[in-house]
Order: sequence, then structure tokens, then C-alpha cells
Amino acid sequence: MKKIEAIIKPFKLDDVKNALNELGIQGMTVTEVKGYGRQKGHTEIYRGAEYVVDFVPKIKLEVVVAAEMTDKVVDAIAQSALTGKVGDGKIFVMPVEQAVRVRTGEKGKDAI
Amino acid sequence: MKKILLVPVALLLSVLPAFAEEAVLDTGDTAWIIVATALVMMMTPAGLALFYGGMSRSKNLLNTYAMTFAAYCLASLVWVCWGYTLAFGPDKGGIIGGLDHLFLNGIGIDTLSGTIPASVFALFQLTFAGITVALVLGSVVDRMKFSAWLVFCLLWLTFVYSPVAHWVWGGGWMAEMGALDFAGGNVVHINAGIAGLVLALMLGKREGYGKEAMFPSSVSLTALGAALLWFGWFGFNAGSALGANGLAGSAFLVTNTSAAMAGMAWMFAEWIVSKRPTLLGLASGVVAGLVAITPAAGFVNLPASLVIGLVAGVLGFYSVAVLKHKLGYDDSLDAFGVHGVCGIWGALATGLFANPVISGASGLLYGNPGQLWIQAISIVATIAFTAVATLIIVYVTRLITGGLRVSREDEMMGLDNAIHGERAFELD
Repeated sequence: MKKIEAIIKPFKLDDVKNALNELGIQGMTVTEVKGYGRQKGHTEIYRGAEYVVDFVPKIKLEVVVAAEMTDKVVDAIAQSALTGKVGDGKIFVMPVEQAVRVRTGEKGKDAI
Repeated sequence: MKKILLVPVALLLSVLPAFAEEAVLDTGDTAWIIVATALVMMMTPAGLALFYGGMSRSKNLLNTYAMTFAAYCLASLVWVCWGYTLAFGPDKGGIIGGLDHLFLNGIGIDTLSGTIPASVFALFQLTFAGITVALVLGSVVDRMKFSAWLVFCLLWLTFVYSPVAHWVWGGGWMAEMGALDFAGGNVVHINAGIAGLVLALMLGKREGYGKEAMFPSSVSLTALGAALLWFGWFGFNAGSALGANGLAGSAFLVTNTSAAMAGMAWMFAEWIVSKRPTLLGLASGVVAGLVAITPAAGFVNLPASLVIGLVAGVLGFYSVAVLKHKLGYDDSLDAFGVHGVCGIWGALATGLFANPVISGASGLLYGNPGQLWIQAISIVATIAFTAVATLIIVYVTRLITGGLRVSREDEMMGLDNAIHGERAFELD
């Protein structure tokens, strides 16, 4: 099993979710995060006091899949999250040791 | 027959002159001033609290709000106990009012002040005291002990607000001198602005001021607060005519005009200088315009209010966005920058633009340059008195509460948590 972690632009979440659903991925976890890479932040101004805000809002999407599905899922995310502009995000893959479905107690691949 | 008629006629004639001079209750005036009082009341715990609260950092929003709310409550009590009599009691040497009306003694159901009940007049004036002291906190948000604030309010209302109100409106020396202050340029805005500056200098700057980003918790709340202030200000200025009449109508007109003009002026000034027209700037400009027209509202005509608003907007923007940063003091929410500076402009503008057609007083542009000089004297005297008196009150408060400022840890944690044990927002 592999965990795929993707940092994407918030407005791309729907496209990515739909692409994953088409692949048969039925669940995921989504968190609102802040970050920056090469995309610059913005400035805010309050009565003449100008602040540079480095961090840009992003969405972190986590999904655990069977190892065989990894490449298909990564490609689906990469294509659906793409805009071609700086700040599109990154995708990371890491190994998962164990998974358990709480309701039934199923373990391993049956749990995901 | 003639002799018998002479007696009742003589009696009637002897009584008539007395009747002709005595003021009679006017229901229209009374209704209006009751409403105006309610409008001004709303300006403090709603308008100003939101205006200031929205500009405070979110960890201190409730503290700012609570300071404003509590200030109004304290003013309500101080005023009816001894504030009113100190301000409006029989004049003692032009300096202060006598204690004849301690606890509003002598003011009964039928007691009149002009054409309105004295109780209504007293309450109307109460709302002015409330907002004046509340304005001061704008200079010191994020770092003052709540207990120190409460003690400060009590002392300041008694020893600074009441005397100045007496000088200008209670028949004191400034009124004798002929200083013009329709609704509170000296009494409210210059007074509070200077006190705020003194308090800010005595408290010191916020931790991280000038280095850390200090975001307002909600410009939306601030804009809402500004709109409520604008609405309430109609009671503030038009109500100061103390009657439902043409003068109130005139004050109403110039108030709205100055506010709108100043809002646009600040917005455009910011657009040009900082490249962005901010909502905070628009809302702030409106308040600056309202401040500036306050002393002038019952003395100037429409064209004058356009000029007053224009200058107020630009001046306000300059003093807040440029001057403050240059001089380096932490007048956190610009009580001095907006109320002090624009109040001074308004008081001087009154000396320039006072138009005899409006209410009999003439300024420089109508052939009476002496008025400008009188305004200047009243401004300097208010500044000097308030600065010194506030300083003394700060020292006394410090003694009573063992310091004015919260601990560094509390300041870092946020006063909503540290002092009040509350959170402004419950966000998922």
C-alpha cells in the first residue's frame, strides 16, 4: 500500500476529486494548509502599513491506495491539478505499513 | 363698573410678561432629542466597539470590545452621579460647575432645559461623555490592563471630560470667550485624541511593533462599525441643535456631506500613494470627515462642508499612513491620528467658515478673523489641560492598579484569553 500526498491549488480540488472517483478511488482526506515554493505571496495594506504575506493557501490531499494503483493515481492527480502556472503544487508517495477499517476490523488491502 | 374690571386686568397684565419669558416643553424637540440620544448611545457599544474591534488583532478583539462597552457603562454611572453637575451645574469661576445637581438632584419630571426635559438633556450629554472616554482606548489596544482601564475611565471622566465640557458647553470660560464648538471638536475629539496620545506614550509600544505583522481581525466589522458611527453621528451633530428645527436640518446636511467627501478623499489619496483603494481607508476617511465637521456642524454651509471633508480625508490619511510611521509612536488605532488631528482641523475650520446666516457666528471668511484666533486659543488650552491632566491620571492609575500594562506573556497570548478567558471566534 502507498500513501499519496498531493499539495494542490484549492480551486482544483473538485477536478482532482472527480478524476480519482473515475479511477474507483472512493475516499480521501483533505486539509487546508498554507505554503510556498516558487510562487510568491502577496501584500496586504492596512492604513499605510504594508505586510508581505509569504504563505499561500493550498489544499493537501491524502489518499492510500494499493501499490499497483500508485502510478495511475499519481498521473490522474497531476493532470487534473495542472494549470501550467507557478504554484500548481507537488505530489509525494510514501509506503504504508498497515491499514485498518475501524467498523469491520478488516486489515491490509481490504481496508483501503 | 370700570373700577371692578381694572383689578383682574391689572393682575393679568402683571402676570403675562413672566409667562412670555418662561420656556415651554416642545414635544417635537423632545422627541427628536430622545431619538438623537439613542443614536449617539449606539455609537459607543456598537459603532465604536466594532470599528475598533475589527482593527484589533483577533486575539484581542473581545478585549477591545469590552473596554469600549465598559467605558460606556462607567460613563453612564459617573455622569448621573457627579459628571453632569460638574459639567452643567451653576458656573464657578468659569472653571467648573457646582455640585447642585449631584445625583441629578433638583432635576424632576417637569424640569426643563430649554424646550426639552432636563433629564433628556442630561442623558444626551451622557452619551457624549461615554463616547469621548471610549475613543481614548483606540491608542492603547492590545496591551493595557483591564483594571487599569476601568480606573482610568472613572478618573478621566471626572477630572478631564467634565471640566472641558463645562468650559465649552456649561457656561465656562471658553463659552464666555466665544469659542465655537457645535457638537464636540474640543470636548470630544481633541480631548480624546490628546489623552490617547499621552496614554500611548506612557504605556509604550506593542511588542513587535514595526517589525511584526499585526493584521486587523476583520475589516468587515470595522466597516460595519463605521457605518453605524455615521448613522449615529446624525444624532451627535443634528441633535446638538437641541431642537427639531432648521439648524438641525443644516447640521444633518453638512454632516453627511463631510463624511462622504472625506471617505472619497482618503480612498483616492490611498489609491494614488499606496496603489490600492482599501475598504479600511474608505471607512476611516468617513470617520475623519465626521470628526472634522463635528465642531462646525451648526455653523457652516454646504460648500464649506465639502472643503472640510476633503481636507479631513487627505489629512487623516497623511497623519495615519505617513506621519505616524515617521514619528514612531504606537497610537494603535489612531485615536490621535484621526480624532486628534482631524478634530483640530475641524475646530480651526469652524473659525474660517462660520457663516452668520446659519446661526449668527462669523468666521474669518465672513469678516471676523478674530474667531480663528479664539478657536486657536481654545484648541491649545484643551491640548495643554488634557495632556497634563491625563498624565497625572496615568500616574494615579498606575499606583492604584500596580502598573498599566499587561505582562509580556499575556500580551503574547492575547488579552481575550489572558484577561477575559474568552475567544472572539469559534472557527472550525
